[in-house]
Amino acid sequence: MTALTLENLTLAYNRHPVVHHVSGAFRRGSSTAIVGPNGAGKSTLLKAIVGLISPNHGRVRFDGIKRDDVAYLPQQANIERGFPVSVLDVVLLGASGRAGWFGGVKAADRDRALAALERVGLSGFAERSIGALSSGQFQRVLFARILVQDAQLILLDEPFTAIDARTTHDLLHIVEHWKQEGRTVIAVLHDFEQVRNHFSHALLLAKECVAWGDCHDVLTHDNLRRANAMAEYWLADAAVCHRDEEVTQA
Amino acid sequence: MTLYDFFIGPFAEFSFMRLALAGCLALALGCAPIGLLLVLRRMSLMGDAMSHAILPGAAIAFIAYGLSLTALSIGGLVAGLAVVLLSGLVTRLTQLKEDASFAAFYLLSLASGVLLVSKWGSNVDLMHILFGTVLAVDPPALMLVAGIATVTLLALAIFYRPLVVESFDPEFLRVASGGGAVGHFVFLVLVVLNLVAGFQALGTLMAVGLMMLPATSARLWAQSLAGLFATAIVFALAAGYFGLLASYHANLPSGPSIILVAGLGYLLSLAFGRQGGLVWRVLKLKHLEA
Repeated sequence: MTALTLENLTLAYNRHPVVHHVSGAFRRGSSTAIVGPNGAGKSTLLKAIVGLISPNHGRVRFDGIKRDDVAYLPQQANIERGFPVSVLDVVLLGASGRAGWFGGVKAADRDRALAALERVGLSGFAERSIGALSSGQFQRVLFARILVQDAQLILLDEPFTAIDARTTHDLLHIVEHWKQEGRTVIAVLHDFEQVRNHFSHALLLAKECVAWGDCHDVLTHDNLRRANAMAEYWLADAAVCHRDEEVTQA
Repeated sequence: MTLYDFFIGPFAEFSFMRLALAGCLALALGCAPIGLLLVLRRMSLMGDAMSHAILPGAAIAFIAYGLSLTALSIGGLVAGLAVVLLSGLVTRLTQLKEDASFAAFYLLSLASGVLLVSKWGSNVDLMHILFGTVLAVDPPALMLVAGIATVTLLALAIFYRPLVVESFDPEFLRVASGGGAVGHFVFLVLVVLNLVAGFQALGTLMAVGLMMLPATSARLWAQSLAGLFATAIVFALAAGYFGLLASYHANLPSGPSIILVAGLGYLLSLAFGRQGGLVWRVLKLKHLEA
């Protein structure tokens, strides 16, 4: 059963595509790592899935998942770290989908938030201000917020960049747990060992989809070499892409 | 002169002082929280830009209807909202960032305002619009300022969550509820409303002072959001009261007096504030165990 389908998706900045005619499906309950060189369109793809940018062509289709059932952790969260809120407040934001704009936070949400903090190893941090956290601790807080969000589809953009080994280990444990609970996880990652050990599927992206499927079939030496060669450049005088018309004519 | 004569006498004796005081207090209640949100969003200078943006609206209203309070307010409101809408639209449709499009539109707005006033008004009028006259606040003006303060506080209570989340993590709000644009727009409308309220009393140039100075001062004292709101409001109320007192006793223009008192509060906070005041740096307190 699919959770999310990409239909001939093209995403472009200034008409230059960063994701070019990508099609395929994410199975429900699967965990997919999106890998590929810098500039391959990995983050752009996640942004399109959550609706932060709109496709130039093709579309993203959700199957049986509602828009508000999606949790998204951006690469560099555009969060004001000096903002005067406590750790608990940030984690409780995960419950704002249920509380709505005006509803109060229920005791159950509070308990859930405290439990989430304990699971990410930050029990006792609830009342601290977020300005006092290290980046590793802050990433744990954002994971706790996702735990409270209780989303069916979880998108993580390079969640372990600049995070130490122990924190990465703890957070990967949570990702494993999401898989067991049948949630769909899509994460942009760079560490192939991590991908092989913790993810069932991989999507190798280099503007175009180089390979998509079982981790071990995707992360081959050949595929990676091809991906690196493809993503390096874009042409200033690139011609207009007519691929779709060719497909319909054929 | 007794303490009573000094602190209460002017307001007991003169009704224009009572009206001015009531106006300032209402203004403080609305402006301080809005200013705090501007500071927290790193949009402090946006308030300044917006205060210039309402000028041409007020100017056109002045030329057409003279010194009519209703006309001036509606004119200012329309001009302010137009600048908010246009720059919001430009930010969304082009690659220009919000600060750049605000700057562009407020400069256009300011220049056309000055042009209008100097061509069809007089310098005295311009001074009046730019610097206001809190001592000329009459009951209708007071109703307007109090009305805007009421609307502001109600809107803050209703939209508190989206407003705060949008300042703190806008992407989260956009992804989670798609309500980012609404929260942002409500906020900008509140900024314009409060500047319009402020310019009756303090003029377009000074209005923003009662918004920003108490908010920046509060940042040096309080740590929690609730504490910040409370501190900013207290600073703004105090600036209004002591500013009017200073203006009365020393025979100074009231608008600048109020803003200068707010500025004095800021300087004192800068020196002694519990959160990063300079005196704590000088004292070199010994560090803790862990």
